Amino acid sequence: MADKLMKFSEAVKKYDPVIGLETHVELSTNTKLFCPAHVEFGGEPNTQLTPVSLGLPGSLPVINKTAVDYAIKLGLALHCEIAEWSQFARKNYFYPDMPRDYQISQYDKPTNGNGYLDVELDDGSIFRVPIERAHIEDDAGKNTHIGGADGRIEGADHSLVDYNRAGVPLIEIVTKPIEGVGDRAAEIAGAYMRTLRDIVRALNISHARMEQGNMRADVNVSLRPSPSDPYGTRSETKNVNSFRGIEKTITYEIRRQAARLDEGKEILQETRHWDESTQTTAGGRVKTDADDYRYFPDPDLVMLHITKEHIEEMKAQMPEMPRERRNRLKAEWGLTDLQMRDIINADALDLIEETVKAGAKAAGARKWWLGEISRAANAKEVSLEELPITPADVAEVEKLIAAGKLNDKLAKQTVAGVLAGEGTPAEVVKKHGYQVVEDTGAIEKAVDDALAANPDVAEKLKSGNMKPMGVIIGAVMKATRGQADAKAVTKIVMSKVKS
Amino acid sequence: MTDATELVKLSAAEMAAKIRNKEVSSRELTEAHLDVIEKAEPSIDAFLKVSAETALAEADAFDKKNAAGETEGLPELAGVPIAIKDMIVTKGIETTAASKILEGWVPPYDATVISKIKAAGMPILGKTNLDEFAQGSSTEHSAYKTTKNPWNTEHVPGGSGGGSASAVGAFEAPIALGTDTGGSIRQPGAFTGTVGVKPTYGGVSRFGAIAMASSLDQIGPVSRTVLDAALLHEVIGGHDKRDSTSIPREVPPVVAAAREGLKMDLKGVKVGLIKELGGEGFQPDVEARFNESVKLLEDMGAEVVEISCPHFPAALGAYYIIMPSEVSSNLARYDGMRYGLRVMPPAGVPQTAANMMAYTREAGFGDEVKRRIILGTYALSAGYYDAWYGSAQKVRTLIIEDFAKAFEQVDVLVSPTAPTTAFKFGEKTADPITMYLGDVATIPANMGGVPAMSIPAGLSEEGLPVGFQFFAPQMQDEKMYKPAAALEAALEGKWGGPVWNSLKTPWLDEA
Repeated sequence: MADKLMKFSEAVKKYDPVIGLETHVELSTNTKLFCPAHVEFGGEPNTQLTPVSLGLPGSLPVINKTAVDYAIKLGLALHCEIAEWSQFARKNYFYPDMPRDYQISQYDKPTNGNGYLDVELDDGSIFRVPIERAHIEDDAGKNTHIGGADGRIEGADHSLVDYNRAGVPLIEIVTKPIEGVGDRAAEIAGAYMRTLRDIVRALNISHARMEQGNMRADVNVSLRPSPSDPYGTRSETKNVNSFRGIEKTITYEIRRQAARLDEGKEILQETRHWDESTQTTAGGRVKTDADDYRYFPDPDLVMLHITKEHIEEMKAQMPEMPRERRNRLKAEWGLTDLQMRDIINADALDLIEETVKAGAKAAGARKWWLGEISRAANAKEVSLEELPITPADVAEVEKLIAAGKLNDKLAKQTVAGVLAGEGTPAEVVKKHGYQVVEDTGAIEKAVDDALAANPDVAEKLKSGNMKPMGVIIGAVMKATRGQADAKAVTKIVMSKVKS
Repeated sequence: MTDATELVKLSAAEMAAKIRNKEVSSRELTEAHLDVIEKAEPSIDAFLKVSAETALAEADAFDKKNAAGETEGLPELAGVPIAIKDMIVTKGIETTAASKILEGWVPPYDATVISKIKAAGMPILGKTNLDEFAQGSSTEHSAYKTTKNPWNTEHVPGGSGGGSASAVGAFEAPIALGTDTGGSIRQPGAFTGTVGVKPTYGGVSRFGAIAMASSLDQIGPVSRTVLDAALLHEVIGGHDKRDSTSIPREVPPVVAAAREGLKMDLKGVKVGLIKELGGEGFQPDVEARFNESVKLLEDMGAEVVEISCPHFPAALGAYYIIMPSEVSSNLARYDGMRYGLRVMPPAGVPQTAANMMAYTREAGFGDEVKRRIILGTYALSAGYYDAWYGSAQKVRTLIIEDFAKAFEQVDVLVSPTAPTTAFKFGEKTADPITMYLGDVATIPANMGGVPAMSIPAGLSEEGLPVGFQFFAPQMQDEKMYKPAAALEAALEGKWGGPVWNSLKTPWLDEA
């Protein structure tokens, strides 16, 4: 049954949305959170195991110090208070993918509490997202349901459990209720998630690939008549794993809840899930008092002691944060705010920086990544990084242009060749025999032919009207199969019409 | 008596000396014990599994090393066989915790203490019986068999480590390992006339000890002499990076302390009698044996004073909140998914994972285990947590403070190990509370994390052993070994030999 939806503009006029995000970030440690089992994405099922990660009788967890350091770094980046003493707690519930039938998480004494993250919005303004906590916990295994209609448990013949992921370290970043978002709720959530992703990558603590589940969010949305009212009942949409999905979930939930409230219906406190195929959220489990995880401090783990000295050590290792870096690069490359934002929105900052590092000029690098290459990515619906072209390739093309070996047209064809998987720019150039014609005699002949074939144009050029120059250049290019340099052609035409 | 019978009646230290002097091989010792096991088991039932084949292979491997002179650096007990409580995982040897839910489970790894035992060349004779998941005080809650007390087979051996205590008491093994969560090493020690030690919490790695209540569990030695316990304590003790609660310090010098104690000089040792652990509820002859032993300590020069530990009476109640709470979580993993028993729901019941878990746990756990899981689940529930688990933790803090204050005044504390001697089978199973009350004197050490040990202090009027308990400050386990060894020597002097000289051993005599 389709949900009734209110028009978005009307919904945010009538109601004040409050959002909250609980983001799980999978850390890129070599080993699991509580044992030396190797962590690797996509390994053969049930091969990355120890007695501890399988929860065998007698096995005991021991904390991975690297994971704690990663958590401290993230805490510092999120301006959190880092607890001198934090504690792991058991979250008790039975589920086949949980080897111990309890998750080891943090409850009333998390490592990071009370911080914030400033995110930059499309108009350049800054919105401060308040952070409740960023705590450490271990992941569960993965169930695969066989024989059902769509991989769901309903109707499945049987299920398989892979415990490779069980015990992989996670940090869960929980925002406080984010108020004052109004009609920008989705934009703010998207900007927050992207900023968080950039920070996590800058810290090098997670691959932060949403499509691989390294980063996933639970999205909370509630509505209230006005900002002075208490919070409304919220829905919790679980495990949304794309930025667009998060933004759409928020917009959808605002519209859905507003329609219900308008009809005098109550909002159920429930978990929902985002369905990409229908672009809707669907109701899941209604939360009841029966959800009692019986948290208590894990007696197998001593309290985590983080000294001031250790925090200082971590501070000294902190890399430049994404916003500082952006401001620095913007200045270095001489870009406007708008140009910089285009780069950010295209997810091209790292790529352009690497291209510049590989020897290209910033303007050239930007032109390629936001132009030809972005168009190719959009056409294939993949990210820039997934295309078969590297910053080094782009820098090489730029070098060939600067050396006069390629003109614009040939350069575009070369890039297209690289994108088509034909190899490096040098290989593509060689394969197709791309080269700028430097034989002025051939060009002069082509120019003469073109002027002769277009007497009216020749007249105009002679009288000083340069507008139809393109016609001559086009004809020369056609004659030389694109291998002439446009600037050289212009020069020759000019000398001929003036003489 | 045959030579073999003479041999098994030696202390582990004496056996070790004979091995070093090449008077006896590890194989001969192991065979002698396997022989006793075969004869004693029909009446004692101490073992769930006898691993004769691997024990003999381990003995031969040691003997080979010993012949080649490659035993340098091995512990003193090298080559001496040992029995292991079936709460400790042993690679390749079925480990069940005396529960049907783990029937047939063969661990793929060794507990840290087992690795150390193996490295010491000590053959493992087998796995001993216990109350299911170490939950009980009589070994009657084993899902497999009822272990008898060698002093009177109509009486329980105590629990949960009745198997290890009876095996050592009946000369089936010279030494054994136990686990002690609320007295499971010491109370069976008291009931069977053996020595049982619960080391400092964190002094011996728990890695590979099947968890009952993680904040209370501790592996420790079972033996017939204080020195044997000390020797085994040194083999198994020390820091283990696989156990986060393991204390990163050297093993306290317990062997030196035990040897020092055998000199029977306790001048300068201050002993505190715990006022709250005596009187009402304590059997008169238990108190009589206790007082006689205190007198002997004084005779050897110890200064004895009475010490009040005002919060000890609350320890039992708090323990029976904290322990089941941890049990309810620790035993969640036995769900039929990955190992052990799996019971599918009957036809007509949806064949879901949740139902499979429920049917498996219903069939696999015994009543006492279920009782504790239910109690603990309740105590941790939202709305009850603060009143139950929270309050119990506060009591625990007060007990820790009681110990700290007491040890400002004295070197060791003493009490009877248990208020009674071994009771008869079935006497207390109908009323769990009376069974729980028997743990009153042993529980404070677990709640406080301090080391404690029980040694035999003579016999009751019925002819059943009585236990005498020492407590020492945290990570100062040696402080109890010295007076314990001194008292053991004094008692032997008084009786003209060790307490087990009074033990009738028909299973040995028939040989």
